[in-house]
Amino acid sequence: MKAFTAMVKARTMEFVRDTGSFAWALLFPIVMIIGFAFAFSSNGDTLFKVGVLGPGDSSLGFLKAPQTQFIPYEASQDRDVLMNKLRQHNLDALVDTQAKVYWVNDQGKNTKILDLLMVHLEGGEGYSRQVVSGAPVRYVDWLVPGVIAMNLMFGCLFGVGYVLVRYRKNGVLKRMKATPVSALTFITAQGVSRFFIVLVTSLFVYVGTNLFLNFRMDGSYLDLLLLLSLGILSMIALGLALASRFKNEELANGVINLITWPMMLFSGVFFSLEGTPKILQDLSLGLPLTHFITASRQVMLEGASLAQVMPEVAFLSIFTVVCLGLAAWLFRWE
Amino acid sequence: MADIMSVEFLEKRYGNVQAVDKISFGIPEGICFGLLGPNGAGKTTTIEMMEGITDPTSGQILFRGRPIEPSFKKKVGIQFQHTSLPEFITVKETLQLFSAFYPNPRPMAELIRLCSLDDILNRDNQKLSGGQKQRMLLALAIIPMPEIVFLDEPTTGLDPQARRNFWDLVRGIKAQGTTVVLTTHYMDEAQVLCDLIGIMDHGHLLELDTPDHLLSKHFQGALVRLPGREIQAENLDDTMKQLLAEGADLTGLSIHKPDLEDLFIKLTGSTLRS
Repeated sequence: MKAFTAMVKARTMEFVRDTGSFAWALLFPIVMIIGFAFAFSSNGDTLFKVGVLGPGDSSLGFLKAPQTQFIPYEASQDRDVLMNKLRQHNLDALVDTQAKVYWVNDQGKNTKILDLLMVHLEGGEGYSRQVVSGAPVRYVDWLVPGVIAMNLMFGCLFGVGYVLVRYRKNGVLKRMKATPVSALTFITAQGVSRFFIVLVTSLFVYVGTNLFLNFRMDGSYLDLLLLLSLGILSMIALGLALASRFKNEELANGVINLITWPMMLFSGVFFSLEGTPKILQDLSLGLPLTHFITASRQVMLEGASLAQVMPEVAFLSIFTVVCLGLAAWLFRWE
Repeated sequence: MADIMSVEFLEKRYGNVQAVDKISFGIPEGICFGLLGPNGAGKTTTIEMMEGITDPTSGQILFRGRPIEPSFKKKVGIQFQHTSLPEFITVKETLQLFSAFYPNPRPMAELIRLCSLDDILNRDNQKLSGGQKQRMLLALAIIPMPEIVFLDEPTTGLDPQARRNFWDLVRGIKAQGTTVVLTTHYMDEAQVLCDLIGIMDHGHLLELDTPDHLLSKHFQGALVRLPGREIQAENLDDTMKQLLAEGADLTGLSIHKPDLEDLFIKLTGSTLRS
């Protein structure tokens, strides 16, 4: 235990005193969030996003309206999900061609135009109008969980994975092997130190950006904290599994990049994968970060409880256990 | 005195490369044992097997007459040839870190005194000079109050002054009764520090004896050198008279008492091998 705490302390000091990396880990995500919030605050796109339930109706003039993106949904699609999209302004309107109903959000700035288009274009007379209500989710509200996820992914994979490979290459691991410290104790100490570092930086990023942007948080902070912890654990576990064998820093660097870039692009960090090819969406469901981001967005933007995001929590937990098992099985000091 | 450690028919193969070829020797307690040899002779592989870092292909390693047990790690001090230290922490913090690994670590004050660390205690590990780093690594090696200390080429790359300082530290540790095992390719170092010497080449142990015995066994008298000529003179008087009688040109003559360097070259053929 004495050895364990000493190692956690040494590893943490190593990070905090490396002022370059430390500042980078803190400031990069904050600058990124604020930058994006600024860049996307103008809402320059005039495109309407309209969901179409069921097979559609070619006689409905509204469905040919210009400057409109139509997103088809199966008739069996969960209505609550769609209503939420409408409330959060992810959809400007939703049309059900079979029940002849359309929904709009009474707080949407495009609602009046959409109403006019619906009523005045061919075939729209028979439709009844339904209203939902909800303040818009700004892009930045949606982005924050993504950037925090990205930050923790880089922090864990490079901070644990890459560093362990460097330790192996430059002989720190060999020196540890010559002491009575067990591999498990050493690895756990690395993981625990990194866990607290990433947890604290994530909280700092959250609180720091919230000062300027005051973003939306509908759920419980405790749930979010638990999710965050699980997300960090899953990435540390992945880092440990990756670092269990590599001897070469360049190779480790390449492999970590090979893993982080797809996760950054296809886990929904910066943009939603909705409407992208199905294969991409399937791929994204295999990425642990997707599950962390989805769950934390649901907690923050929709006020979901931990029980409601159980599938994501289960995926992350299993992923973590599998990676830790792999790491323990594959690990070599040299 | 009884051997603190011994190896019997110790062998290490890496694929087709025979790094260490069934060597046997014993190290009496309390001495300084020097393992000499050119680069690639198998010195490091041999001591890393003795340290328990590398598994032998075959053969036996005994510590106080018994095979090595896990508790051996608490009784051994190790200084590797190449070790990076954790970055961004100071010498003192590194010593504290490693002290936490052992049940009865050597008191900090004693470490500082034995390894002359006073002036660098609060310096970042990354900012140590070569000699300072070796002192620090030696301190790490002796933290566990080891019964035996392994030093793998501890003075390679140090300037002459730093090497001599380091020898004093090794003597101080030996004076406390700790057995020291040292690899080196500096013969003066072996001559000054070691009580028993093993000379290795190509994985074989060529010689095992005290420095004095080794020299008297291989050389009698002196080496007389003339430009382009080297004579082993058993009787210096006869040799000189003979040279005068031959009418040889004695410009450039030097007389040299054979040392380990000469023995090393005689046994291993060349120093210029990597």
